[in-house]
Amino acid sequence: MVEKGSPASWDIAALRARLAGKRGRVFWRSLEELAEDPAFVQFLKSEFPTPAPESVDRRTFLKLMGASLALAGLSSACTRQPTERIFPYTRAPEEIIPGVPLFYATAMTLGGFAYGVLVESHMGRPTKIEGNPQHPASLGATDVFTQASILTLYDPDRSQVVLYRGGIHTWAAFWGAVAAERERWQATRGAGVRLLTETVTSPTLADQVRQLLALFPEARWHQYEPVSRDHQKAGARLAFGRVVETRYRLREARVVLSLEADFLAWGPDHLRHAREFIARRRAETEPSEWNRLYVFESTPSLTGAMADHRFPVRASQIELIARALARRLGLEVPEPDWAALGVEPRLVEALARDLERHRGESVILVGETQPPVVHALGHALNHLLGNVGRTIIYTEPVEAEPVEQRASLRELAEDMDAGRVDALIILGANPVYTAPADLQFAERMNRVRWRAHVGLYADETAALCHWHLPESHFLEAWGDGRAPDGTVTIMQPLIAPLYETRSAHEVLAALLGQAERPGYEIVREYWRRQFEAGRITGFADFETFWRTVLHDGVVPETYLPPVSVSVQWDAIKAEVAKRPARAPDGVEIVFRPDPAVWDGRFANNGWLQELPKPLTKLTWDNAALIAPALAERLGVRNGDVIELRVHDRRVLAPVWILPGQAVETVTVHLGYGRWRAGRVGSHVGFDAYRLRASSAPWFEVGVEIRRTDRRHELVSTQDHHSMEGRHLVRVATLEEYRANPRFAQELGHDPPPDLTLYPEHRYDGYSWGMVIDLNACIGCNACVIACQAENNIPVVGKREVKIGREMQWIRIDRYFEGRDLEHPEIYHQPVLCMHCDHAPCETVCPTGATVHSHEGLNQMTYNRCVGTRYCSNNCPYKVRRFNFRLYADWATETLKMQRNPDVTVRSRGVMEKCTYCVQRINAARIEAKKHERAIRDGEILTACQQACPTEAIVFGNLNDPESRVARWKAHVLNYGILTELNTRPRTTYLARLRNPNPDVVAILREESR
Amino acid sequence: MAQIFHRSTNLIARVSILGSVFIIAAVTWALAALNRSPYVTQVGVAREQPVPFSHKHHVKQLGIDCRYCHTSVEESRFAGIPPTETCMTCHSQIHATSPMLEPVRESWRTDRPIPWTRVYDLPDFVYFDHSIHVKKGVACVTCHGPVDEMPLVWKASTLHMEWCLECHRQPERYIRPREEVFRTDWVPREDQRELGRRLVRAYGIDRPERLTDCSVCHR
Repeated sequence: MVEKGSPASWDIAALRARLAGKRGRVFWRSLEELAEDPAFVQFLKSEFPTPAPESVDRRTFLKLMGASLALAGLSSACTRQPTERIFPYTRAPEEIIPGVPLFYATAMTLGGFAYGVLVESHMGRPTKIEGNPQHPASLGATDVFTQASILTLYDPDRSQVVLYRGGIHTWAAFWGAVAAERERWQATRGAGVRLLTETVTSPTLADQVRQLLALFPEARWHQYEPVSRDHQKAGARLAFGRVVETRYRLREARVVLSLEADFLAWGPDHLRHAREFIARRRAETEPSEWNRLYVFESTPSLTGAMADHRFPVRASQIELIARALARRLGLEVPEPDWAALGVEPRLVEALARDLERHRGESVILVGETQPPVVHALGHALNHLLGNVGRTIIYTEPVEAEPVEQRASLRELAEDMDAGRVDALIILGANPVYTAPADLQFAERMNRVRWRAHVGLYADETAALCHWHLPESHFLEAWGDGRAPDGTVTIMQPLIAPLYETRSAHEVLAALLGQAERPGYEIVREYWRRQFEAGRITGFADFETFWRTVLHDGVVPETYLPPVSVSVQWDAIKAEVAKRPARAPDGVEIVFRPDPAVWDGRFANNGWLQELPKPLTKLTWDNAALIAPALAERLGVRNGDVIELRVHDRRVLAPVWILPGQAVETVTVHLGYGRWRAGRVGSHVGFDAYRLRASSAPWFEVGVEIRRTDRRHELVSTQDHHSMEGRHLVRVATLEEYRANPRFAQELGHDPPPDLTLYPEHRYDGYSWGMVIDLNACIGCNACVIACQAENNIPVVGKREVKIGREMQWIRIDRYFEGRDLEHPEIYHQPVLCMHCDHAPCETVCPTGATVHSHEGLNQMTYNRCVGTRYCSNNCPYKVRRFNFRLYADWATETLKMQRNPDVTVRSRGVMEKCTYCVQRINAARIEAKKHERAIRDGEILTACQQACPTEAIVFGNLNDPESRVARWKAHVLNYGILTELNTRPRTTYLARLRNPNPDVVAILREESR
Repeated sequence: MAQIFHRSTNLIARVSILGSVFIIAAVTWALAALNRSPYVTQVGVAREQPVPFSHKHHVKQLGIDCRYCHTSVEESRFAGIPPTETCMTCHSQIHATSPMLEPVRESWRTDRPIPWTRVYDLPDFVYFDHSIHVKKGVACVTCHGPVDEMPLVWKASTLHMEWCLECHRQPERYIRPREEVFRTDWVPREDQRELGRRLVRAYGIDRPERLTDCSVCHR
């Protein structure tokens, strides 16, 4: 926050007027674009925005030129390759064929829950993570965190040695210290011993903790995670008297109502939710089979962006809406204040009618951000609508010990304060950074006599502990975990620990008096006991079981069966009666986990930091998101620093104006402002945890906002690579589609096929192409990171992103649509190289570095590229990326291990772009040719396609009329963008459809009149 | 004012301007020649190895098949360098005390690999796959030369792109029946072009335009 100045705010009223004056469907990318801000226009005009050039005088110029010419002459002729060595195995492992990657099944846990993955390994070196199709929480897909976790493995900032009071120490010394502690604990039966973990679903870990508690009965186990599932648990307890797991079957649902539930992007089951929800709204779906999504939320989410009807309301109003709906559907709860709902009461009525029409085919999802009473109301409504057993089922909890974690942490903090805690062992968590501000965790923790921290990083918590013990990454350790349906995955390591690290299991074993017991033995022993106790059936012997489940990545038949629950109607009614009928006035602060760094644990991951966040397109920062109307009232614009104050807690935060945000709310994302994250993640953004109270984890009314005269440079990619074209996103309602199925193609102005000066290409063999179904794209960014991991795409840093030099080959353009600044519709459009048949880039390359292949690929040959950038200049889609500097890290040894050996690591001065994963095409081709057959449809999955949770991307051979891609291309919704330029793109889109409720549309239209 | 330069300077200037054309041409030619010379390409230069392993002895005299050691040549892009274990299958019994083989035994004892010197080293932006070439009838000796005559292996080809393209443009000139790929002494009994054309059809080898697409080797 360095820049000073007193910027004028935009004239938001004028923007509104300008929008209102436009005709037809209006798509816009940013407020800057709408305002035709001079800086924006200038950015757009310059093909390669550059910082002020360093001035070079004539003399220096000639000197440099002379020297480089001489060097160029020398080096081009005398590049004698240095001598390289080959190191073969001494004893070759049986299953490894050098040069052929192997895939192993394991799982990553986030928030305690397992995401099944298959990890690509090149001679023992894991390089890429894919989803495990057999795993119920992955279904073959991945999200950004699973994709990026491979980079965390190789992060050079990971903790590498044992630290004692900040100095380097040894594991042996720690084992000694543990032995001494254990003697003490035996005397006191463990009084004052506390273990703090994150959410635990791991059966082995839970078993170890239980053993520990049996050994030291006075010891206590606490769990805390800043993004927990506390409200879901408390809601279930309120509704059913006990904690149960709620599982949605979205494939069965015709009407989906989300009360701030970001079910497509948040929660352990989000990949499955996305797949199932989208199954009913793909371009291929029969219009009569489509589902409809209503979302009430305070801040735009990915789920909200997919909604047919999205209502921005304050977070505290959602409870009232739930109440109004419950009352309308027959639950006798006190009436809310109808004037304070934030939406027209008639809309609730229309929604209720739609839900009633689809009894047993509707579902109401309540977000973790809503208080328990709303969850209870949601359960009651689902029962009233007959959805239970159809679109929703309940199971026993998957968590080993489903405690309410904030209460658990508060108890720990209070006990520490009272001096009741003698020894504290923290496994994985980082409470010093993530604990709610009012618990004063760091201060209180200092009163504990003996503190040990186990973690991937020597983080904020580690700095305040006596012992810090480096933890193994999940790709280095044995373990286990459960999916949201209960299915167990036994996690196997892909690589021996890179550093002197141990897993949580191994540290716990030491507390149990089994120091240096290997994790393999711990996990295997636990499962052997289960096997011998007869809890696992269907396998001849343990060895068969063990090998099978490691191979498959799932333990069969370990999912939890549905349980029946009975709703405690009176308890719910009593609880609702206690709540006020209207929300208190004032601006609300809303907390969200960050879409890129989550709760902060991924802060040191460069891929995630540089990932443009789904809706704001911000990189390398978090911001206080506010609505245009609030910005107008405050007189602030993007990048102005404001002070946010909730009671005595305050932070400084830069403003980002986000259309679609509820007006009286400020959203801040957790996970930034870390001070000991590492060289990538430290001192980036502001720390929103400092505003968060344990009593109000997700929103709180009464934030005071004060303007300051400071500015902070926020870098957003929303205006980068603008195509300035028309009809890039084509949208219609189902009704319009029925009336005119060809609407998408009619919007284009394709020149006749013979209108060209260039000779036609012939494609006799394969002809590759791609189609992206915009109905299925939820904008989650998984493809962007998957591409980055697969294709060795470097990270460039905030400064370079600012001038439009981000390198990701896929960008997801986010468009706002509509004339209402506060209430736009949101669309996503992934844009990658179109592999045009008449590629403008090919004709201008002076060195022939980018040419057309005989299978339609627009090839980029790095070794021929001299960096003229003409191609990028001539590309209407703006999908080419230039290595202005040496972005690839050629120095850090561990990062080299991550690189995909099948893809060139680019150097400075070279253009690059999407290749359609040509390395995968070639691999499949070689495989097919060796077996003397053609490449099968679906045999080649591009990295983006493989990662996509909703299967929005399909790639294949256009010459095969039976291929999926050819069938999609033949779909009436298929259209290409900027085809009026006669580029004939091979990447095309299926136009987006929406399924609005005519009643709601009528009400909204009336309202806007 | 007196003349600074003598009249002859004119001639010298003319000659040197004209001469510079030749000088530049000569330098260019020299550099190009250097680039193709064994000094740069290492063609024909026998490379020293930690163990003076003789292909001539093992292949020609003992008749060991290429694949005995280069096991992954039919399955992988990489032909494979044998693990120490492969050497020790014989040399734990034969020449078991030979001082020349001490590095092999040492590797076996200490579990540290033998650091062989790479002979064929493609640039990092080129992707070559052994398995498909072998499958399509490109013999080992076609690229690697008469390995069975090499006491210490030397590079038999420049690995320049023009060299690769020579075959990718006219595969029929070089390929042989796949059964004969690992033979070192095979000679076509008929006209190579005729045979090649037949094999190109039989093996479904792509047409030259496809085989010379950049992305076949560069990605």
